[in-house]
Amino acid sequence: MATGLTGYRRPDGKVGIRNHVVILAVDDLSNTAVEGIGRLVPGTLAIPHAYGRLQFGEDLELTFRTLIGTGANPNVAAVVVVGIEPSWTDRVADGIALTGKPVVRLSIERFGDINIIAAGAREAAKLMQDASEIQRVPVERHEVMLSIKCGESDTTSGLGSCPTTAQAVDRTVAASGTVLFGETTELTGGEHLIAARCVDDKVREKFQGFYDNYIEMVVAQGVDLLGSQPTQGNIRGGLSTIEEKAMGNIAKTGSMPVVDALEPAEAPTRQGLNFMDTSSAAAECITLMAAAGAVIHIFPTGQGNVIGNPIEPVIKLTANPLTAATMGEHIDLDVSGLLTQEYTLAEAGDRLMELVDRTINGRLTCAEAIGHQEYVITKLYRSA
Amino acid sequence: MSEQLAFLAHRQDDMVAVAVRDVEVGHAEYASLDSGIRRPIEVREPIKLGHKVALVEIAEGEKVVEYGQNVAVATADIAVGALVHVHNVRSARWQLA
Repeated sequence: MATGLTGYRRPDGKVGIRNHVVILAVDDLSNTAVEGIGRLVPGTLAIPHAYGRLQFGEDLELTFRTLIGTGANPNVAAVVVVGIEPSWTDRVADGIALTGKPVVRLSIERFGDINIIAAGAREAAKLMQDASEIQRVPVERHEVMLSIKCGESDTTSGLGSCPTTAQAVDRTVAASGTVLFGETTELTGGEHLIAARCVDDKVREKFQGFYDNYIEMVVAQGVDLLGSQPTQGNIRGGLSTIEEKAMGNIAKTGSMPVVDALEPAEAPTRQGLNFMDTSSAAAECITLMAAAGAVIHIFPTGQGNVIGNPIEPVIKLTANPLTAATMGEHIDLDVSGLLTQEYTLAEAGDRLMELVDRTINGRLTCAEAIGHQEYVITKLYRSA
Repeated sequence: MSEQLAFLAHRQDDMVAVAVRDVEVGHAEYASLDSGIRRPIEVREPIKLGHKVALVEIAEGEKVVEYGQNVAVATADIAVGALVHVHNVRSARWQLA
């Protein structure tokens, strides 16, 4: 079936829509070297971050899963992995290399930043040349993994941008595609609706377990989330409670069954709509979804979240006419006409799908064009 | 000639509707997204784009229904046509004991 979609088919068969050569830091200490390589070799994508030292247990495993997943993402053609010492550097590089894509590893101890930057730049330049020869090929919609998450929501999200996103979710799942949604605490007040959509009791128990654990973690801090949920931006936009916010949030998940409940950054194995246990903070959530293999993200916003991601293009849409008028450089699609009933939800869905298809085929999103590359590792607890 | 729509309700039985523009005091119309039916409402105070108006009388302590779901509890009596927001509703889920 010809869909008119093109992408990059990786050695493991997975499909990406971008062709990045990533310079990936294993830990905070390697950020300077990673950024140095990135500066010397134009077009590479340096990904520095704040963690990777003295983590332990589940928190360390999540950091490894996130870093390996970032390098393994099909939007990435090749990776230079840089760490302070060889052991954890190998762990990340070996994980990425399972995809069959080229991986170069460098560790700084006994060489120093300047030698590592020189060696890394030579390797990165070769990887850039090789990646430049990888051709786009025809791909099917179901091969392009989609993720969704909303932010700076207001009441227009529930009326317009989230139901429009749902159109894309339902159409992607109907085409046998895979879609990720998350935002565990922001389901509060509507978690029973998600539980009811789980395909079987096993998935329902997994979902409920993730939800209950997250809320317990909050309660264990001796607080509730009233000070941060809804956010001050949400309240300014007219949202009054977490339950009201959740209903808008859930509106973007569409109508399909929830086929699985995933750990943070866990790659889905079932086609269809998958829940992932994530924070509701935009950068943390999208970083985890990209690490699970999602290659295109749809982000409905109300008051105007400006989020992007280094490896996963983020399409932002709003139904708030004020946001569309004042923040045009951040908004890929304005669906504010839904508020005034100028067009139907199905028509808004058609416009979103057209934009999704153009983005798959190479059109830069607003976030890509102005360089929004928020990359945030989810930290489960303090380091040792 | 129909006047410009002021509010949208998600469901016909919802107790609140969302302003789709800045709405002044006085006569206005709202539509329900599920039924498409338009109804009049007398607005008692200015309501900004995205903020909610009460479609029915809501008593203090009563649950507030939007999207056909309980989304809040009223912390004061709310008259038809009044603004519904954090000054007169709160979450039923998260509150310190």
